[in-house]
Amino acid sequence: MFLLCASGESVKVFSTATEECLHALQGHTDLITGVLLRPSNHLQAYSCSLDGTVRLWDFTDGILIRTYSIGYPIYGIYASAKHEGVIFIITPMHTDTNSELFQLVAVHLPQCGEQLVEAKELSAVLSNISSNPAASAFGREGQYIVSAKPLQLEVYFFKKHKSYSFFLKKDNQKGGKNTFTCITCHPTEDCIASGHEDGKIRLWRNFNHRKEYTYSTLHWHHSAVSSLRFTPEGTNLLSGGVESVLVQWRYNQESQRDFLPRLGGAITHISVSPDGALFCTSHSDNKITIIQSCVKVSAVIQGLVKGDRIRTDLMIEPRSKALVLNGKPGHLQFYSLQRDKLLYNLDIVQQEYIHESGLEQFEVVMAAFDASGSWLATVEERKQKAPELELNLKLWAFDDQKQSFVLNTTISAPHEGRITALCFPHVSDGQTTMLVSTSRDGHFKAWQLAAPAHTEDEGPSWSCDFLGAYHSLVPECCCFSADSSLLAVGFQEVVTVWTPASWELLTTLSQPPGAVRDLCFGRLSCSKYLLGATTSRLLCCWNLLTCSLEWVTSMDVSLLLADPLSENMAAFCFEAGSTDLFVFKPGEPRPLFSHKALCSGRVTHAVFVPREVMLESCDEASQWLNCSHLYFLTQSMDLLTFITKAEEDKLTASSKQLVVSDDVAMTPFHLLLGKHRDQLENPQAESRLSVEPIRQPSSSAGINELLQMPAHVLPSASFLCSMFVQSLLISVNKPSEQNKEKEEEMESEKEEEDSDGEMESRISRPEHMPSGESGCAAPALTKEEVRELRRLKKLDHSWMKGLLD
Amino acid sequence: MASYKPTNIPVYPKLGEKVTEETLYWKNYKTPIQIKEFGAVSNIHFSPVTPYNFAVTAFTRIHLYGLLSQEPVKTFTRFKDTAYCGRFRSDGQLLVAGCEDSVVRLFDVSGKVALRMFKGHTKAVHVTDFTSDRYQILTGSDDYTCCLWDIPNSAQLNTYQEHTDYIRCGVTSQLNRDLFVTGSYDHSLKVFDARVDKSVMTINHGHPVESLLLYPSEGLLVSAGGRYVRVWDLLKGGQPLVSLKNHHKTVTCLALSSNGQRLLSGSLDRHVKVYNTTSYKVVHNFDYPAAILSLALAPEDESIVVGMTNSILSIKHRKPSEEAKETAGHQRRRPSYRVYAHRKSYVPKQDDYLVSKPVRQHLAKYDKQLKKFNVSKALDTALETWIRGRKPEITVAVIRELDRRGTLKNALAGRDEQELSRLLSFLIANLVDARFAPVLITAAEMILDIYQSIIGQSPVVDKQLLHLQSLLERELDYQKDLLEVLGMLDTMFASSLPKIELPCSGISTSNGLPQGQSTDVIFPYNKMQSRVFE
Repeated sequence: MFLLCASGESVKVFSTATEECLHALQGHTDLITGVLLRPSNHLQAYSCSLDGTVRLWDFTDGILIRTYSIGYPIYGIYASAKHEGVIFIITPMHTDTNSELFQLVAVHLPQCGEQLVEAKELSAVLSNISSNPAASAFGREGQYIVSAKPLQLEVYFFKKHKSYSFFLKKDNQKGGKNTFTCITCHPTEDCIASGHEDGKIRLWRNFNHRKEYTYSTLHWHHSAVSSLRFTPEGTNLLSGGVESVLVQWRYNQESQRDFLPRLGGAITHISVSPDGALFCTSHSDNKITIIQSCVKVSAVIQGLVKGDRIRTDLMIEPRSKALVLNGKPGHLQFYSLQRDKLLYNLDIVQQEYIHESGLEQFEVVMAAFDASGSWLATVEERKQKAPELELNLKLWAFDDQKQSFVLNTTISAPHEGRITALCFPHVSDGQTTMLVSTSRDGHFKAWQLAAPAHTEDEGPSWSCDFLGAYHSLVPECCCFSADSSLLAVGFQEVVTVWTPASWELLTTLSQPPGAVRDLCFGRLSCSKYLLGATTSRLLCCWNLLTCSLEWVTSMDVSLLLADPLSENMAAFCFEAGSTDLFVFKPGEPRPLFSHKALCSGRVTHAVFVPREVMLESCDEASQWLNCSHLYFLTQSMDLLTFITKAEEDKLTASSKQLVVSDDVAMTPFHLLLGKHRDQLENPQAESRLSVEPIRQPSSSAGINELLQMPAHVLPSASFLCSMFVQSLLISVNKPSEQNKEKEEEMESEKEEEDSDGEMESRISRPEHMPSGESGCAAPALTKEEVRELRRLKKLDHSWMKGLLD
Repeated sequence: MASYKPTNIPVYPKLGEKVTEETLYWKNYKTPIQIKEFGAVSNIHFSPVTPYNFAVTAFTRIHLYGLLSQEPVKTFTRFKDTAYCGRFRSDGQLLVAGCEDSVVRLFDVSGKVALRMFKGHTKAVHVTDFTSDRYQILTGSDDYTCCLWDIPNSAQLNTYQEHTDYIRCGVTSQLNRDLFVTGSYDHSLKVFDARVDKSVMTINHGHPVESLLLYPSEGLLVSAGGRYVRVWDLLKGGQPLVSLKNHHKTVTCLALSSNGQRLLSGSLDRHVKVYNTTSYKVVHNFDYPAAILSLALAPEDESIVVGMTNSILSIKHRKPSEEAKETAGHQRRRPSYRVYAHRKSYVPKQDDYLVSKPVRQHLAKYDKQLKKFNVSKALDTALETWIRGRKPEITVAVIRELDRRGTLKNALAGRDEQELSRLLSFLIANLVDARFAPVLITAAEMILDIYQSIIGQSPVVDKQLLHLQSLLERELDYQKDLLEVLGMLDTMFASSLPKIELPCSGISTSNGLPQGQSTDVIFPYNKMQSRVFE
């Protein structure tokens, strides 16, 4: 069994048994909005995209069969076995993209063997409908099509060419909203099920008369029903909503319900396999659940969990080198960067999550690992208004047997105000026994791991050891020095330096005006330096041996962090709407690396990830990447990283694509936290599930590379210019030439239309093509032409390489 | 999928006394058996041989009790006046006792009449003991003398007149037949050797000595007098080892636990304290209803016997250990277990299809109701009498959970008079508890919001509301007082701490940047203060 899931610009094919992604169907150039099984062939599927094309795929082998060009952005796709050769799509009514009005259009797919077909036979069926693909559905055996507008149900009968509309009142007496949210039709009877904003499900019957229609109401959901689906035999109706409960209603015995509660995030789509054996729900937290028809979960496909927002810092779990950040509500997720896979979710809050909008929930706002990864400290808070603030500080010990973190100590109300920073000292030999937290209540507290006072306590627990304050100023940040002999706490404008051994205040440093926003000690040979970023756009470096200011520079640092394995420090500076990155050593005046206009908006989360294998790069610009990767999260929640040239070459070589990306490469889970909508398709039943887009490293213009290369390594401008223009010509001409050749060949031969499509897809990636197969698939190609083609390829290659070098 | 997560009941640290292994050991006694004697119980002594009877000296009688009996197995009544210090010989055959009439009597444990009467003292004899060779008796008297008597021919062997006040305590060495120690109201302890005519060692306790104890090794001597218990090292010539001042009235008696690891002292302040003999820290404390005069421990610490001034003898027996109980239970259950054993021993064969039972999650009743979103019922369950009384943290946790779900108002509303008064009584009992206050204040505000319209309709509710109000007013006063105290402490700490001169960050002169913050007075809160805040 296969499960199709639209994910960004590709359709992913999963195996329902192993949960593995078998392959991704790539080809669309914009967000895919719908995936649909071809009614006449169970092994083929349509996908539609905002790029205005509908593509037909053989999803078992992952081959693009045909592309139908429509010319308008497509928001949804429908098909029925009764309407052979016709698909129904949702397009904007006007060609301008901002149009709010959509129509349902029937498209007669031309029956020619060409690879790229322009479908011109369009006829509007319904106009002024919702763009939501769940708000339209085919009725019994394709006899009618139903579409829901906010308060209106429109049924179009194909036989009579007539449409009926049924209206609901705007609000019923209890204040619930009657707005339609989704629609589905019974497969064998004249019955339409509609889901509503107030959680009601209405079953409409007898709607082939304008007046005598009836409906019955089912009410279990407490908020909007987001997806409805009948099983193929029509015996059961499945519904889901924000409560994250899958409800199975017996058709005609609606009082009997089965529930599958606590599935995770809000259910966004439900789909049912054609034999009715499997259900599938997609969730708002980037998860697909596969459910057996006996309402039992059989498999879970989980990507990087998408939270509402990231409150914790990006962190690296020192043992597994997994990236740790907010995941499901009240959880921390551990995500393996190497394997691009979610390892597990750690339940921090340990409370039943109530799925209700507007409810103030506990959120994990802060977390910190100690250097050896044996302790994790988390802070959760609820109700951020000062008097009612609920705070919990939890300390988790790593359990070697369970290979997970186990709650050791819960400190409720550790501070009276919100906690602003949390840090462990960097003890290299393992046993961390201290934690420092700073809070808006004007204090910082040191927590100490104390041996049990009495024998009946199970083990050591944490308790407060010291409470410090300075002139009732509010501490904003704290940092331990590399050898943990000093603690720097930033109290607004003043940096205080304490010794944790005796809790004496050693010295104060300050650089008014402007409060200290971020503090960071240097590492290794630079451990005598303390860096601080202030709100008055200054980056200061103090020498702790002389207690004097070493240097100061004017930059608006939004984030300052140190590489744990080297002396390097990274500063993200917000400048004119975008963020610049500077990598430097505190002792040297010249930055090692700088990157202007990295991304728009502020960068507030970043982390150095230690490499498994040190690189031996001697390239000066990329030397700072030898020990660690730098990952950062932009304001639009894209997770980006830096890679070196060598790695990039490796990457491009492995993917066999001549990608000339700029320095900021998109990681495989780039845009995981984006807001794209995706579609999912069960192999036999059509469905739409919203999942995170997972985008492969996409090609971007080589122009950036050209522009960002340091001027002194570039050849002369005239040489470059001609080369550049030439390159443009080649890259544009190449496919069209090939296509032309192909088309000519097709017209002359007119054979094996289906395999043509296959061949076409391969032509676009000739490196893959085994030589024997190419010979039989394209017999019409003359030897000279093939040679010419290869020469072109080689030319292209070498030229690109030249550009790279 | 993920199962229901039950309501998190926070575990609060237990206030007051910490539970240690020690307290568990000493708490493992049954409720005391109390026996009324004829007068103040001045001495208790266990027979060193089985069946470990003990002699209780009270007023003019000495009762012998069996270890587990509540009735005396034997009574010696031939005293003309108050008897003192009934002690067994090391073979358990003979018993000696002093008397107010200055006569020392020696009894056979099986007989009634005194075997010997030692007459020679001129005043009451408070101290009697057998020497370790069993043939001599040590006595100490209020005439400031102590004597050695020979049992076979009832002759006075030796008299020592060194003390200058009443002799009220004395012990003989169990290792050397010639050594004995006496303690007197002249504040001194004297170690005598029968082979010489005078004391070999004198130790000043500093207070009238009430009780003496020799360690089994006899290297250490413990003396009790005044409020002090002092330990002396005899091998170092009576050097003081430690002085314990844990009682607030005169310490009257001392005892050593069977393994010699713990020292017990009883006092007129009605407490028995248990000390660790390595650290000399108090590890446990017993309370008794009256001033304690005498104390004894049965062998293996099987029972603690305490005699008090109000003539009550209190006997605490150790609970039978759980292993013994378990083995007993096993034996009883065995036959019935065998009947059903074949079911449990069924081993599935290779081709059997095993149908595994779904594991049902056990949930508390309130959790079941919360799972079904029955908020009012859940609150009712949490307010059941035993939860409310015994485990208020459960009730508070449920209220907090309801508040988190935003349904607390629904759960509180719609209550009748009885339920409302139950709620209010819970609030009155727990509102001022610092652990619960944040949650309960929210709930109390909601209750007042909901039910303010019905004030005046029910006398019960009105009374409770008034009670709540007065409670809050009192609490406010307390808090105010506490804040005042805290302020005073702050001032004291601040003035007692030396002002720290910090090295000034000399940035300003070097690079022309504006002068940093001046380093005047810093208050680094020290550890002590942080404890105050904690």
